[in-house]
Amino acid sequence: MGSAMIMAGRLMGALDASMLTCDRLSKTYSAGTREALSSVSYSVPASGTFVLIGRNGSGKTTLIRILATELEPTSGRASFDGLDVMRDAVRLREKIAIVPQEARTVPWMTPMQTVSSYLLWRGFGYSEARHRAADALDSLGMKVYMDRLNRTLSGGMKRKVLVAAVLSSDAEIIFLDEPTTGLDPVSRREFWELMREIEKERFTFLTTHYLEEAEALGDRIGMLESGRLVRMGTLEDLRHSVRYSYSVVIPAGQKQPVLRVGDGEVMRGSYGSRILTGEEEAFRISRDLIKDGIRFSINPVSLDDIFFYLVNREGIEYAGNQGADLEQLHQHYKEEE
Amino acid sequence: MLETRERIWNSYINTIRKRNRFSQFTASILVNSLYEMKNYPVVLVNTVLSPISFLLLIVFVSHGSLVGEAVEGGFIMSMFGAGTSLQADLSHLKNDFKLQDMVVSSPTSWITYVSGMAISELVYSLPALIVLGVLSVYFVHLSAVGLVSFIAVLMLVFATSMAIGYTFATFSTDIVQSFAFSRLISTLFSTIPPVYYPITYIPLPYRYLAYLSPTTYAAQLAQYEGGYIQLSPEMVLVSWVVLASVTAVLFLIAGSKARWREK
Repeated sequence: MGSAMIMAGRLMGALDASMLTCDRLSKTYSAGTREALSSVSYSVPASGTFVLIGRNGSGKTTLIRILATELEPTSGRASFDGLDVMRDAVRLREKIAIVPQEARTVPWMTPMQTVSSYLLWRGFGYSEARHRAADALDSLGMKVYMDRLNRTLSGGMKRKVLVAAVLSSDAEIIFLDEPTTGLDPVSRREFWELMREIEKERFTFLTTHYLEEAEALGDRIGMLESGRLVRMGTLEDLRHSVRYSYSVVIPAGQKQPVLRVGDGEVMRGSYGSRILTGEEEAFRISRDLIKDGIRFSINPVSLDDIFFYLVNREGIEYAGNQGADLEQLHQHYKEEE
Repeated sequence: MLETRERIWNSYINTIRKRNRFSQFTASILVNSLYEMKNYPVVLVNTVLSPISFLLLIVFVSHGSLVGEAVEGGFIMSMFGAGTSLQADLSHLKNDFKLQDMVVSSPTSWITYVSGMAISELVYSLPALIVLGVLSVYFVHLSAVGLVSFIAVLMLVFATSMAIGYTFATFSTDIVQSFAFSRLISTLFSTIPPVYYPITYIPLPYRYLAYLSPTTYAAQLAQYEGGYIQLSPEMVLVSWVVLASVTAVLFLIAGSKARWREK
């Protein structure tokens, strides 16, 4: 017992310093020539929720699969709590669990069978697996559905079953790859509530292309674009990376005014115009737009604005891109909405 | 603070927790056979029909003279079919449900996962094996040594088909490709070769092609043990060596080519 306490004490010290670290992590698929990940380096404390945002094809899934020991990187290293994803994969797998992006429940099984089977794979005994599965499903409001066939459940419920599986496990890190894609707004908000509960006990690594989701859940947020980590930090850090405090958006489908912006940044695209500027200038522009009868919205700078701003700026820095990507981005997110 | 302490304690428990290997092994069997059989009982009929249909065909065409060979052939086809099914099921769980990805990132090793899945295919074949077992009591007469040899042959066929199934499963990327592989393997190794009847029924030049399939050697040994054909001691030895060697080589290929973590 004494040695157990000593070991627990050592572990306490180690956990205080628990970090998820990537060091020049790169991945090029053998079939392709483009790098899916390009020298990604960062280090985050393994607590709360880390959200990785980026559009489709930005490398989010590749990164999460490498960290979850499903995929080998081409070069570079990644580790959690000092355990390397390549060298110490067996030990690391004791601590991690993942719900992949396109994971689906097996239709001929029930939620109880699905969750308890996953726990058996994690090495729990049969009765403990059943108890844990029942508790997890109950906590997600799935008690009455636990013995129905998965094929009879709604999309949101099926997602919950998979989340219940990893939630009921003893994993310290939970990877969720775009867990709310395809869910209706109500189910998505229910899922957010669930996430807030999970993050109290585990480190959750989540990818999404819903920026409002990142804003709602992320203690730390990373922005990935074309395999490169564009920026990372808390929401506050990211806000500070944009020196403007207000965003004025003039939607397309009406006459776009000729804007005279004193201190600010104007971004244009098929979506209309987006102006990032200071408070005083934003209200001056607003008054002008009201005078001209032009529809617009004015808001404090959101994660959407920061993302478009940073990705556009990095795009210019990396590839001499003059903002064409930004238009694609807006189009993409408009479609998503 | 309380939450932090709880996390640390859970992490400690996690570190010293003993993983139940039997549970991990059982999970594959439950998911891939028992739950399916329990929730969709109609699959039980399907597993019986496939080997029995060939048996009936051969018995009718031969006017009952090949019933013993056909029952033995049914056993061999059931065993080989298990590998074909393994290929399709592994591929299905990996590509369509991403379930294998969840297992890869868990404490289960590939050997435990695949062994469990392999045994699940045997469990799935149980209805057919029971029917064939009953028929063999009446139509197949084996000595004690013959019975042991026959079981050994079936185990080697099972191992061969598992190695083929696992290797193909790692290379198939979707359900269409997976079914194409399944049909190809099944046709090449259990439908075309002389599994349900003696090889002497095949005209001589084509016999050499039949010998390219390991199931031909398996059927030959089974028919020899049942007293349906005569083989020289050298031919018996050659058949065992070929069957064992093919199994070993396929396992080596599966071990070196098959992928658990993707590259």
